[in-house]
Amino acid sequence: MQRRTFIKGVAASSFMGIAATDLQAESPKRSSDKRRTLTGKEFFLDIDYTPVNITGKRSVATTINGQIPGPTLVWQEGDTVTIHVTNHLKKSSSIHWHGIILPYQMDGVPGISYKGIAPGETFTYRFKVRQHGTYWYHSHSGYQEQTGMYGAIVIKPRKREPFRYDKDYVVLLSDWSDEKPTSIYRKLKLSSDYYNFNRRTVGDFFSEVKKKGFGKAFDDRKMWNQMRMSDRDLSDVTGYTYTYLMNGQNPATQFKALFKKGEKIRLRFINGAAMSFFDVRIPGLKMTVVAADGNHIKPVRVDEFRIGVAETYDVIVEPTSNRAYAIFAQSIERSGYALGSLTPSASKLASAPKMDKPQALTMADMGMGMSKMGKDKGMKMPMKKSMKKYRWSAMEAEKYPITKLPIATGPQSTMKAMAPKYRLEDPGVGLRNNGRRVLTYADMKNRYSTRRAKKPDREIVLHLTGNMERYMWSINGIKYADAKPLVFHYGERLRITFINDTMMNHPMHLHGMWSDLETGDDNHLVRKHTIVVQPGAKISYRVTVDAKGGWAYHCHLLYHMAGMFRKVEVV
Amino acid sequence: MKTITMNLKKSLLFAGGLLLAGQSLQAAGADDPIRTMLLMDKFEILDNDDNSREWEGSFYVGYDLDKLYIYSQGAATSDGLERSQNDLVYSRAIAPFWDIQAGIAYDKNSDASKTWGEIAIAGLAPYFFETRAALLLNGDGNVGLRLEGEYEALITQKLILTPSIEADFYTKDDPVMQIGSGLSAMEAGLRLRYEFVREFAPYIGVTWEKTFGNTRDFNPVDETSLLAGIRFWF
Repeated sequence: MQRRTFIKGVAASSFMGIAATDLQAESPKRSSDKRRTLTGKEFFLDIDYTPVNITGKRSVATTINGQIPGPTLVWQEGDTVTIHVTNHLKKSSSIHWHGIILPYQMDGVPGISYKGIAPGETFTYRFKVRQHGTYWYHSHSGYQEQTGMYGAIVIKPRKREPFRYDKDYVVLLSDWSDEKPTSIYRKLKLSSDYYNFNRRTVGDFFSEVKKKGFGKAFDDRKMWNQMRMSDRDLSDVTGYTYTYLMNGQNPATQFKALFKKGEKIRLRFINGAAMSFFDVRIPGLKMTVVAADGNHIKPVRVDEFRIGVAETYDVIVEPTSNRAYAIFAQSIERSGYALGSLTPSASKLASAPKMDKPQALTMADMGMGMSKMGKDKGMKMPMKKSMKKYRWSAMEAEKYPITKLPIATGPQSTMKAMAPKYRLEDPGVGLRNNGRRVLTYADMKNRYSTRRAKKPDREIVLHLTGNMERYMWSINGIKYADAKPLVFHYGERLRITFINDTMMNHPMHLHGMWSDLETGDDNHLVRKHTIVVQPGAKISYRVTVDAKGGWAYHCHLLYHMAGMFRKVEVV
Repeated sequence: MKTITMNLKKSLLFAGGLLLAGQSLQAAGADDPIRTMLLMDKFEILDNDDNSREWEGSFYVGYDLDKLYIYSQGAATSDGLERSQNDLVYSRAIAPFWDIQAGIAYDKNSDASKTWGEIAIAGLAPYFFETRAALLLNGDGNVGLRLEGEYEALITQKLILTPSIEADFYTKDDPVMQIGSGLSAMEAGLRLRYEFVREFAPYIGVTWEKTFGNTRDFNPVDETSLLAGIRFWF
């Protein structure tokens, strides 16, 4: 097994203890505070190098206030917050407030919103908080995010929320490597399957031959072989180099969330990983999902959900017995997991359930359509879902004038999804028919009506493109360095449709404006800041262009970001 | 010929540029940082009469789409170098899986050497065959064609079986270089390596080499040898 063994070494940040992530434990502000949670209107954040020991090996992280993750910032909706960020690194740095609606000068993207924060300098962010919910922040410079620069933001609502809970915890998932990010990136460029230890073997082929006969087995492989693609290509970077963390704790040291039997616990899941998608569940408990990306949705009771990089989900759980429950987040390719305990006592720890077997991608993930997939049990649809689908197709039929954008073919992109489909009801590879109730985008409805929202004025279609063999990523076959900015017009309502021509899930994040996801119900569009586009799929969402300036628009996978990126100019 | 020299000039300019740019290796956050890779694909000793040592490797410096490649392969015995084929080419991606390459080739044996102009196409063919086909031209009007193919079959995630095949063809005899017209030589190999880490893998294998036609008169070879070696890259 390639999965790294979890060494009982204590992460540098673990002295912060248990109760510290409990958001009820508030504390007054103090300059450069080393506490887990900071509240108030004025904050002091220091970016610096910090020695850490996360895997049993000494390493150096880039941290905010000396911690991994950085402190949780608790804001109050309606307040104007002031954040003084001082850069003690030897190179330029930045902090971006992910999902926060603010003036572009405060967005924190070097080269787009500002110059970045030079070594030794302090930049002061000041903006009015116009929303509430669960968000996060991270560096937008180089690979600093991978080496520890991220933290949670919790914004308390002005009005009472439409659900009750007794305790409130942030659960920030991330991935750590002792390897330098530049070395990870170089290895991917030299050999894109470097970290994949679940490649197809000769034995896999022979067991298929045994099952279906040589002809059928060969035919099933044919498309993949001809396209020179791997159906086992789920994550570029895996547990071979990553240790998965929950609130900075590895699975051995474990994050602990305390509860008393009968209490309702709100868990604010944030995926602050550089490259890892997680499938999250708490065996023995149903989770009621109440918010996505900071915004209330109609409650959905599930056993499991997939959280893409940069997404956030708030769930409420009600532990019914006095035992420790595992908060279990396995990586999408099943090479490792983050683990914490929801426990009545800090001395009682849960053990991890068995990881699921990694699943292979299907033809649907390749954008080959599902008609050929008759026998693929993953794609059977229950009655209720086909109803949803029916409603969806009615919506899909609505057409808006499409703005043509340049598309390049050539070495940049290996494939084109021939028949990309909306797959909102598909939980994705590895979660199909696993016997658990898994959240899908089709399950999500805005808690509040979007009936009055304007219909789109026009549509932009963007292809997510890449060449896995050469490890190149782009949009419309054009990488960021060669691309012209996208022009949005102030005041318009846009429909953006992504078509994923690659085999990877891409979490697409538009800065500065909301992405109102179409899930089949026009009256309850789901308001998000990050939208996962499944391999071979398409997805549409609407954007009200209500923020002037220059904005970043990109895939949030760190090693895809440099190429799969666009500048948006709102004029 | 003219186009080849032009390409050569271009690639030399390109090489100069790379050497300058090489200082800022792996600038953080850059989409396409300059990089280098040395791959010693074969570095082995054969269990034959001469206990020949053979190697086959490549080095490149460049970007996603433009690279400068050096290829080298050959054999030596305790008496010294037996033969080697070396290429210096500028490589440009023209399709998702294919590069076109142009430059020079330099062959050497124990007695003589020869320089060619070279155009090649290299890449990953459907069904994951790693291939390279090089067309060679020299001042004497001789034309050569060198074909290589390799496949990787995973027995486990770390145990990898690699069949490979190589064939050389020429239009003219060249006694000094000990090559004859037509199919001149073929080599087929089967190597089983164990990747302790991706970058380092010892292997064992078997190789079969044979010379044909007029080449056979200059240099009769027909042998099957067991071998052991290491594959490494960085």
